[in-house]
Amino acid sequence: MLSYIAKRLLAAIPVLFGLTVIVFLIMAMIPGDPATAILGSYATPDNVERLNRELGLDKSLPQQYVIWLGNLLHGDFGRSYTLNRPVIDEVMERFSATLILAGTSLLLCSVLGLLAGVVSAVRQYSWADKAITFVVLVGISVPSFWLGLILILFFAVKWQLFPASGMYAIYGGGDLKDLAYHLVLPAFTLAVVATGVIARLTRTAMLEVLRQDFIRTARAKGVSERGVIYRHAFKAALVTIIPVIGIQAGFVLGGAVYIETVFQWPGIGSMLVKAISTRDLLLVQGGVLVVAAAYVLFNLAADVIQTILDPRLR
Amino acid sequence: MAEAAAVGARPQKKRRSGRPSAWGLLFNNTLATAGLLVFGLVVIVALAAPVLPLPDPDATAPADRLLRPLAEGHLLGTDALGRDILSRLVWGTRVSLAVGISATLIAAFFGSLIGLVAGYAGGRADTLLMRGIDMVMAFPYILLALAIVAVLGPGLLNALYAIAVVNIPFFARNIRGIALGLSRREFVDAARLSGKSNVQILLVEVLPNVLPVIIITMSTTIGWMILETAGLSFLGLGAQPPQADLGSMLGEGRKILFTAPHVSVIPGLMIFALVMSINLLGDGVRDVLDPRLKSGALTRPVARTAVMRDAVPDIVPQEGALLDVQGLRTEFRLGGDVYRAVGGIDLHIREGECLGIVGESGSGKSVSAMSIMGLVPTPPGRIAGGAALLDGEDLFAASDERIRQLRGGAVSYVFQDPLSTLHPLFTVGRQLVEAIQAHEPVARRKAEEKARSLLDLVRIPNPAERLKSYPHELSGGMRQRVCIAMALANDARILIADEPTTALDVTVQAQVLSLLGKLRKERRAGILFITHDFGVVSAICDRIAVMYAGRFVETGGTEEILSSPAHPYTAKLIDCVPVLGEPERRLDAIEGRPPMVNALPEGCAFAPRCPRAEDDCRKGAIPMVELAEGRSVRCLHPLWGEADA
Amino acid sequence: MPEAVAGEALVEIDGAERIFGGGRNILGRRKPAVHAVQDVSIEVMKGETLGIVGESGCGKSTLARLLVGLDAPTGGTIRFGGEDVFGEKMDHRRLARRVQYVFQDPVSSLNPRKTIRTILEAPLVHLLGKNRRERAERLSELMDAVNLAPEFLDRYPHEFSGGQAQRIGIARALAADPELIVLDEPVSALDVSVQAQVLNILDGLKSRFGLTYVFISHDLSVVESVSDRVAVMYFGRIVEIGPGRGVFRAPRHPYTRLLLKSAPAPGRKSLIPEDADTELPDPYDPPPGCAFHARCPRGTEICMKEVPPLDPAPGAPAHLSACYHPHGED
Repeated sequence: MLSYIAKRLLAAIPVLFGLTVIVFLIMAMIPGDPATAILGSYATPDNVERLNRELGLDKSLPQQYVIWLGNLLHGDFGRSYTLNRPVIDEVMERFSATLILAGTSLLLCSVLGLLAGVVSAVRQYSWADKAITFVVLVGISVPSFWLGLILILFFAVKWQLFPASGMYAIYGGGDLKDLAYHLVLPAFTLAVVATGVIARLTRTAMLEVLRQDFIRTARAKGVSERGVIYRHAFKAALVTIIPVIGIQAGFVLGGAVYIETVFQWPGIGSMLVKAISTRDLLLVQGGVLVVAAAYVLFNLAADVIQTILDPRLR
Repeated sequence: MAEAAAVGARPQKKRRSGRPSAWGLLFNNTLATAGLLVFGLVVIVALAAPVLPLPDPDATAPADRLLRPLAEGHLLGTDALGRDILSRLVWGTRVSLAVGISATLIAAFFGSLIGLVAGYAGGRADTLLMRGIDMVMAFPYILLALAIVAVLGPGLLNALYAIAVVNIPFFARNIRGIALGLSRREFVDAARLSGKSNVQILLVEVLPNVLPVIIITMSTTIGWMILETAGLSFLGLGAQPPQADLGSMLGEGRKILFTAPHVSVIPGLMIFALVMSINLLGDGVRDVLDPRLKSGALTRPVARTAVMRDAVPDIVPQEGALLDVQGLRTEFRLGGDVYRAVGGIDLHIREGECLGIVGESGSGKSVSAMSIMGLVPTPPGRIAGGAALLDGEDLFAASDERIRQLRGGAVSYVFQDPLSTLHPLFTVGRQLVEAIQAHEPVARRKAEEKARSLLDLVRIPNPAERLKSYPHELSGGMRQRVCIAMALANDARILIADEPTTALDVTVQAQVLSLLGKLRKERRAGILFITHDFGVVSAICDRIAVMYAGRFVETGGTEEILSSPAHPYTAKLIDCVPVLGEPERRLDAIEGRPPMVNALPEGCAFAPRCPRAEDDCRKGAIPMVELAEGRSVRCLHPLWGEADA
Repeated sequence: MPEAVAGEALVEIDGAERIFGGGRNILGRRKPAVHAVQDVSIEVMKGETLGIVGESGCGKSTLARLLVGLDAPTGGTIRFGGEDVFGEKMDHRRLARRVQYVFQDPVSSLNPRKTIRTILEAPLVHLLGKNRRERAERLSELMDAVNLAPEFLDRYPHEFSGGQAQRIGIARALAADPELIVLDEPVSALDVSVQAQVLNILDGLKSRFGLTYVFISHDLSVVESVSDRVAVMYFGRIVEIGPGRGVFRAPRHPYTRLLLKSAPAPGRKSLIPEDADTELPDPYDPPPGCAFHARCPRGTEICMKEVPPLDPAPGAPAHLSACYHPHGED
């Protein structure tokens, strides 16, 4: 078991490595003079020259990559010209905000999705099932950024139940309660799509498992229906659901881009949007790398959980 | 003989009623039809945009800015620059649709190509392609699209490329899985032996089978694509002014959300309606094309078979019988058809006795066995008549809780495939303990002790260690021993074994059969043994019942039936099997095939294949007639002891 | 029937070996390898039916796939009519004109989206290059040969029962007019009443077209009823081979005896089982010496050390067994 986890951790290293290659190649694709492109038209000749040196543009592409990677490993992600501070500092600060939002959403969508899916499967064709199926379909069809706007319109502006934007109140906030209060709308909005996906999959997985021979065996040996559904069927269904929850982590982390913009959450998503429009490409690069690395770790965790559940994978 | 075979091999009449066409199925689905209508309407309006009497979507009119909906001349109002929202909506939808559909086509083409090649080629090519795909998937979905747009610069076309690229892995993975499965199917080997080249096989044999999956995947992703492009435009990274798609309209409206909500609410609703209609349609398409859903394989079976007896029969229990089944009828209702899988059978088992039910696949032997404790899946199964008495208690009238207590208690089961019948995620020990604790409130430690002794009983070496094993770690024979141990956990009085040795090798089969025989003698349990093999029957059963098309055609002692079968079917069934040690024996094939149980012929079900059939065989019900002590046959013209009609 | 089928060898298999997996990973560690077929040497004579029996995992299907070129051996040679099957001159089309295959699962061996006509025409087009008129003629011949009505040609596989589908599979194998047909468990997936139909058709075709069969099955009684010679496989090797009558009436290898004793037969009362704790050897870690020795009542020390060679029985040169202590010599 432990050796398996160690093996998975080792296997994640080439993936992280591959991420850097892809990001590097995307950056190398930038047309025109890279330094000017990266720094934008506001760049001073001074900056351009420094960047050219930093990027080692006189060298071959693989050499450039090695230098670039070496810098990354030293925590040197370059400097943001718009903010005039090291990219790594800005990214890390923003990332914690994103993690709070995405983590809460992921928890929310896992719990709600599993619950809705199981109820829907167990009470197949009941009113509850039909209602859940419909709500789920609405959930995966609604544009989350628009849903966010609608929620703001009603819950923040009209009924003034929750704050419309930000992470903390400007005056007097800052504690956990304040954070939770600000978290409600964005976390919910971000979780809607993923909840739908997980609920749909859970329903199908449960229905599939309930048809299996080993469920008949459990019934034939006198296990109660509750035991059949929650012990036997649910555990077997989880094996197919867990990897999808891992993938949903990606959708949630990515979806944060919209939600953070809509709710002005000071996370990495809203930073990226701003950085792209100001063409602060070093900031974009840093943000993408950090979020992608976090996603790899999420998936790794999903893998490990799945292995704990399923002895056949060991 | 050639003539007889040709007659028997006449093509079956096509049955159209049971399988409506794909379009028929789609239209039966109300939601999908609604989705199709909405989607169709949107597409038509979008296509017709240039000829519709709409104002120029980009014509600004500062005087008319931010008119509310239903304003004069502007049905949906105007935006911050005074442009007509309705016109922009129609033109924007046109753009969003075009981008979404093109992105889907691009992603589907490249993704499917990669998936097909990887799945079919296997080996190195597969590893290489899939590692690349994994790398792309290691990025959070939208993030990669953002990175691509960041580099290429904002713009509708760049957004399209970005969305298409990030969706390629999705297609590649789905299609690869299917292609891999198909490439291992025997028809691919057969095509190769027919002289086809790899490219021919991939395009002519594999691709047509993958196509439905590609279409399903496309129909489920196109909604996504539209949402994602709208998202990029919303962030200002897609469509650039003055061109508008739905997302950029929403993005522009966002800035004036509080003062003029209609500017952002309307395009949002449009996206929602469009995507919803596509998703409804996509679900409908998937339901039609996915064979699992078509056959109703995704309905949840309830804990116990539904009992819907026309009338509860008056029953005189058989003297001395532990299990006494009378007039059992089990049906399956699928579509408009009623499949009479079990059409009225009587059987009884005494203490320590083994009754074998012999029949071919589809004869209803397993359904009979499953019906006794309500293990036939409902829907679509139901018990339509008869009774099963255990010590005089009518099992079909008992409460659900009573049935639960009896299952695995007084009556236990052993099934065919020991790998699929054990739960793959629990240890053998845990499954045994569960079986014990379901009937006896004993402590875990004590239950484990008992589990160990059960494994000892079925002669599994090193039982303490084996308790910790998972089913996949055991061989087939060992697994079946575990299943038997589980069936014996609570001193079962009746053991129902459904082809327990069919999946096993002959040497292992011999072990399992002798174990069952020994346990039956030691524990005085009655066994109901289901099999298709007269050899296996000889090894274990005292009496047998031969089943054909849902009914018993002959019952009696094993040796008597084997030495002098009375029903022509029994005789033919015995004669068509080669016997070890008699290689010169001429095999006497039974021509034709058994009738479908949803369209049974009148009279004797075997008459169409029977050489002794006469006119009277084809009408009326054929009764079961006692030929001798303990021998009965359902035949008007048996091979011996002419029935008194 | 003479003890040995005299005549010309159509196929000569010499020391064939097929290992799955193996090699080393990036770190240089050995990957697990399964020896599916080890050191198998047999000749298939023109016009005979060679039966191959064995339990699941014994390598009989792998051997069958090697014979038709669907898989390549990792060692040894297979010669067909004197030509190396995997030699330079032999491409897969050339081989397929001479050797064909009938699959175990008749339904899965027919592409669900092709009509029977398309399926049966494929070998005629790709292997024989026949024109439209010749194809039509051949198709009606084929359908007649397997007793199917010609109107079946334009139907799809799902409209057929297992027995009919298997006859279509046989017709496809016949289409290219091969010399040898390898039948891999051709009746195992069929109901017993249908098995006999298919076996009878196979029997008729053999004499009508002068075919040679390699018939693979786990069912001893089926193999006995169709075969001239029988080879018994255990754990990737041939442990006994000889004329059907000799192998079944006077088995020499203890494994063959065990198989025969275990097989159920109508009227046979008790089956004599071996001890419960005997297990098949681990395919990833094969024991040295005879793979059967752990289950063998006659095993001695030498059995655990060296793999026994296939030796002829005294007085019956065509009946070979790989055992140091064969039955019938004590």
